[in-house]
Amino acid sequence: MVELRTLLCRLSEAFGPSGYEKAVRTIVREEIQGAVDRIDVDTMGNLIAFKAGAGAEPRLRVLLTAHMDEVGFMITQVKKDGMLSFKPVGGVDPRLLLGKRLVIGENRLAGIIGAPVPHLQRGEAANRVVDLDDMAIDIGAADEKGALGKVKVGDYATFATGFSVLCEDAGWPTVRGKAFDDRAGCAVLAALLKRERLPVDLFAVFTVQEEVGLRGARVAAHRVHPDAAFALEGTLCDDLPRPPDEDSTPVTRLGDGPALTLMDRSVVAHPGLMALLQESAAAEDISIQYKAPGLGGTESGVTHLAHAGVPSATVSVPCRYIHGPAAILNLNDLNATVQLMDATLRRITAQDLAR
Amino acid sequence: MDKARINEILGQLTAVDGPPGSESRVAELVESLARDTVTEVRRDALGNLIACRRGAAEAPGRIMLAAHIDEIALVVTKVEKGFLHIAAIGGVDPRSVIGQEVIVYPSGPGSDRYPAGLPGYIGSRPPHLLSADDRKKVVPLKDLRVDLGLPASTLDGGMIRVGDRVVVRGPYCELLNGRVATKALDNRASVAVMLGTLGYLANMTHTWDVYAVATVQEEVGVRGATVSAFGVQPDLAIALDVTFGDTPGVNGGETFPQDHGPTIGWGPNMHPGVAGQLKALADDLEIPYSVEPLPGNSGTDAWAIQVSQSGVPTGLLSVPVRYMHSPVEMVVLADLDRTARLLAAYIARLDSRTLGDLAAEIS
Repeated sequence: MVELRTLLCRLSEAFGPSGYEKAVRTIVREEIQGAVDRIDVDTMGNLIAFKAGAGAEPRLRVLLTAHMDEVGFMITQVKKDGMLSFKPVGGVDPRLLLGKRLVIGENRLAGIIGAPVPHLQRGEAANRVVDLDDMAIDIGAADEKGALGKVKVGDYATFATGFSVLCEDAGWPTVRGKAFDDRAGCAVLAALLKRERLPVDLFAVFTVQEEVGLRGARVAAHRVHPDAAFALEGTLCDDLPRPPDEDSTPVTRLGDGPALTLMDRSVVAHPGLMALLQESAAAEDISIQYKAPGLGGTESGVTHLAHAGVPSATVSVPCRYIHGPAAILNLNDLNATVQLMDATLRRITAQDLAR
Repeated sequence: MDKARINEILGQLTAVDGPPGSESRVAELVESLARDTVTEVRRDALGNLIACRRGAAEAPGRIMLAAHIDEIALVVTKVEKGFLHIAAIGGVDPRSVIGQEVIVYPSGPGSDRYPAGLPGYIGSRPPHLLSADDRKKVVPLKDLRVDLGLPASTLDGGMIRVGDRVVVRGPYCELLNGRVATKALDNRASVAVMLGTLGYLANMTHTWDVYAVATVQEEVGVRGATVSAFGVQPDLAIALDVTFGDTPGVNGGETFPQDHGPTIGWGPNMHPGVAGQLKALADDLEIPYSVEPLPGNSGTDAWAIQVSQSGVPTGLLSVPVRYMHSPVEMVVLADLDRTARLLAAYIARLDSRTLGDLAAEIS
């Protein structure tokens, strides 16, 4: 488990907003190099690792995707007063941005998004959500000239959150960090590749640009042209206590194991793959849960539409507070997701893909 | 005080937590940082740290410096299935609390295993699950929860109690141009100024006794200053605090330029003679400053000190800070040194005529 935690820590702290995933790609390559047969990088930046199956030919071609990119920001203007205007890259709740530390650009310059001073807020202003357009990044520059040597329009930024262990308890090992969506999936995929060879031909793709519209997985699925595809994700979890009369769903629960997506806004899961995942979990005594239907979208949304159609399913690690400065996950869920995928890929046959 | 040293001291001072009423961690650190420059140190009943540096005169006057060591914080109001409900201590804006890492200081059974506190996070519900209306609303403190990532059973034994303190983390962040951003610059910036002043005085001659007081409970009503001023019974006092730094996008008038020295407080809370002497000296030394007009309560320790016992001639020096009461308060390090230099020079010039001069100002 310590190994898995270290892997997640490395991936979580890497800088990789959509379109600028290079630092993550470098870590992934280092981690999996010795464990795969071949690594390619396509024109979008997807890292495609091939690991041949140990089973008899013809072998199934299975695509596994986990996206390297994270939500972040892009500098859109260096203002006369040295402040930086920015726009979000991917979906970020503006309410989470006040008083946060960021890292910016190639040189990982430190910056902050300031916060309104309570003493100077009069009347309604104190209770208003601050609009993104009214926020700016402060790097300490006194004016435009001072800022321009250090940053430029188009530079990317991410939250500066470091990785922390919250609970060491083997029964409930939780950690906190940024970008668990989807470095959790990247960690699952890298850990899976480090295990013993599977019967199927594995195309493990660490994808780009998921957060801006599932764009990396689209071309990866076309290129690989798989028989089946699994997206590995870090997904929503809203399991804090709610008022008893409130009509709400936790989406997933921390510690209840990998979450299977039956249906979300992007895909209806392939029934054969769903059954296979359920049977594999039961056979290996792995607890699973189901993500509340209808929420969010994952790379299965594009892989199932590739070529003439590809049976696809999504398996996720529950993460509280994704798309914010930090998220919390339970490493037992992460580990169980590795186990479940291993068990599933040892069992998968052409029959599972039939309708 | 060179920039590297200020940076180092300020980094240390902001790394410890001191919610109002629980300032002992900061007091201990200040004591260790002041030790070489003072001769006596004591703590009073409220926890104020009073350090004295003797002057050279036979019957010295007594100047009190006051810099508060408490900081705004949160307090646990309920423990629910492993998650904590919270309320504010001091002026906390809920908008800059959401999405922050925190440290919780437990006090119940088992808490001795966590002398450095427990790490937690104040998250938010996924916007996917909120109505369009709710997404446009500020989440009030009463609806925020601290998530410790612990199984609920860990807290069943009552390790975290109602009343336990929670502090938002604000790791020290060095920006361009000798600017830094972190939490609790209000008022550790001034604590660094006070320590820097003592450092300068160690290489100067001064006739007055200097009482450097690290005060407690300023954020909840200048209470530490009230009792420490009574205890010290100074002839003259200078309160050290922070004020609002100019911030792009915020209207001026109530804010002051950064990288332009301290502000010198002016108004009913300040003795006009003290303010005048500070201004004249800053002009002499070519230390830049701004005048901070304070038409009433300055909201600083000066407010309490001025009316201690039979009254104390009081001045106020403040360092302009951006984004006050957030975890990314921002200060220009050079302003700290400018303030310390001005204050040390002011103290060195105090003599047997000073109080008479101040009295003449009023008559």
